[in-house]
Amino acid sequence: MKNKRHPGLFAIPYVLWIAFFVILPILLIVWYSFTNTNQHLTLQNYHTFFANGTFLRMSLNSFWYAFLITLATLLISYPAAYFLTKLKKQQFWLLLIILPTWINLLLKAYAFIGILGRQGLVNQFLQLFGLGPVNMLFTNFGFLLVATYIEIPFMILPIYNAIVAIDPALIQASEDLGASKWQTFRFVLWPLSRAGVESGIQAIFIPSLSLFMLTRLIGGNRVITLGTAIEEYFMTTMNWNMGATIGVILIVMMILVMLLTGNKPAHGRRMHHE
Amino acid sequence: MNIIELKHVTKRYDDGFVALHDINLALEPGKFYSLLGPSGSGKTTILRIIAGFTQPTAGEISFNGQDLTQTDAAKRPFNTVFQNYALFPHLNVFENVAFGLRLKQVKAKDVQAAVKAALHLVRLDHYDSREISALSGGQQQRVAIARAIVNQPQVLLLDESLSALDKRLRKEMQFELRAIQKKLGITFVFVTHDQEEALSMSDTIFVLNDGEVQQVGSPVDIYDEPVNDFVARFIGDSNILPGRMLGDFEVEFANRRFKCADAGMGMNEKVEIVLRPEDLTVVVPEQGKLVVRAQTQLFLGDHFEIKAVDTEQHEWLIRATNSVDLNEPLGLSFKPEDIHVMRLNESQAEFDARLEQYEGASEDEK
Repeated sequence: MKNKRHPGLFAIPYVLWIAFFVILPILLIVWYSFTNTNQHLTLQNYHTFFANGTFLRMSLNSFWYAFLITLATLLISYPAAYFLTKLKKQQFWLLLIILPTWINLLLKAYAFIGILGRQGLVNQFLQLFGLGPVNMLFTNFGFLLVATYIEIPFMILPIYNAIVAIDPALIQASEDLGASKWQTFRFVLWPLSRAGVESGIQAIFIPSLSLFMLTRLIGGNRVITLGTAIEEYFMTTMNWNMGATIGVILIVMMILVMLLTGNKPAHGRRMHHE
Repeated sequence: MNIIELKHVTKRYDDGFVALHDINLALEPGKFYSLLGPSGSGKTTILRIIAGFTQPTAGEISFNGQDLTQTDAAKRPFNTVFQNYALFPHLNVFENVAFGLRLKQVKAKDVQAAVKAALHLVRLDHYDSREISALSGGQQQRVAIARAIVNQPQVLLLDESLSALDKRLRKEMQFELRAIQKKLGITFVFVTHDQEEALSMSDTIFVLNDGEVQQVGSPVDIYDEPVNDFVARFIGDSNILPGRMLGDFEVEFANRRFKCADAGMGMNEKVEIVLRPEDLTVVVPEQGKLVVRAQTQLFLGDHFEIKAVDTEQHEWLIRATNSVDLNEPLGLSFKPEDIHVMRLNESQAEFDARLEQYEGASEDEK
């Protein structure tokens, strides 16, 4: 009966896991970022990062692409999630949306190489209409398209869950009080589903900041983000200290994004009319 | 002039289920109406058709003579108090009540005044900045009413609005609803399955079953003169027995002849007799019009509910102020006008016509 008095015992495996695979690596990264290749404490890495325009441009680039991916995903997913809540066989359609996430990311990337390539499906289709081969692979557009495709399920699910939890009577109440469809969306549906949108944004924006495999396979290394830079430093130039510095900055950015999207909307605010 | 009229309204769902058959009803301004019926009777469907949330399959609905059938819910001059209130959880009390006014771009100062007045009417002054989740069921109910009436609707629609409250609060809200209706002087349409609620608040009750209006009338009419078996059983408790008319004002049931207040039926016509449990008086067997033996009795605080059986094995429900001895003969006494005679399959129109005819006749005799 000792267990009853020490329920903390059950947490031990997880605590060990967190300690060795989350906390320790983070401490290591931080340590590396403040040292040079000779293990001497230094701020040189951070100086390089902020003094050198290339790194700042890369950061902005990362932010910009993550923003575009998130925006595209949101614009597609919100209406889709809303539409899903109106369907009869919701579980079936949800399954179809979730299914692609079970497939390995690498496989999906290769599939897109096949689809978007010069001899790919899309170009074969375009040739039927006499349209010459269009270069889609290794372009910014191709990168955005594939990244959006991959992230969509992670946006649809939280939004769907948020919308499905809204009492349909609230929508009727809004109409009953004289609201147009747009007003109902703006003053009832959107504020009540915002939590879902926020977790969708977190689930997409943050990983998108550090995408590197897709930038290489689909973007053809034209799109350089912080993720690609980290990979470069660790795998190619073997400058782990600089790579760790970029990693720390990425972590700080992620924390900032979480703080920005994570705060609960203040309740009881008046409806905002501009 | 009727404020709302439903003409030949039918609602058939895609799966073939017919929720409403040819409903006709006319509502006058400034009255309290109840749509009363068991679940599945179509009462809520009627309310939703009036509100504009559901389109009738056939028929039309008009407001002050204007056809409203194709008008959006948002544009109808009615407001609804929903069953579970449907208050906006992301807005506080003030903003919930102000919702409709803000949509109409009413000036902030006027919104303030109107919301204050509405909250005052439902006795929720100083609750403006509360969160909805911090309110009790009864308070949420009041906010829902304030949110609807602040828009000054011509008709207020209430969908089982008291059913989520406990019994005491429900009683209290019944009085308040009636008071609010009187004060505002607008039409209330109240949907309920609770006959007591309908009887205590309404000017007129529509009793519904299987998508059809069974009877329309004042609470007293419906209670005292149910047109059929369904209404008699649904409104209050009743003893229903098969009987036979022996002529005008004379009926036979339980193998005896009784004087009654009904006429205008054929000789030897088979009928059903309704006797309300509270109209039966327990007397000594010699004075009783019927003799029964009590089998069980329940003490319910202000009265005893007694189940008894007569010599023909008919079961009788009796409401008495004093307890009785079980398994001893008891006399039952009742007045001729306590006997309500129902013809089999008589519609309300036929019933009204017959009532008029013989009531005229009996007055001539005097």
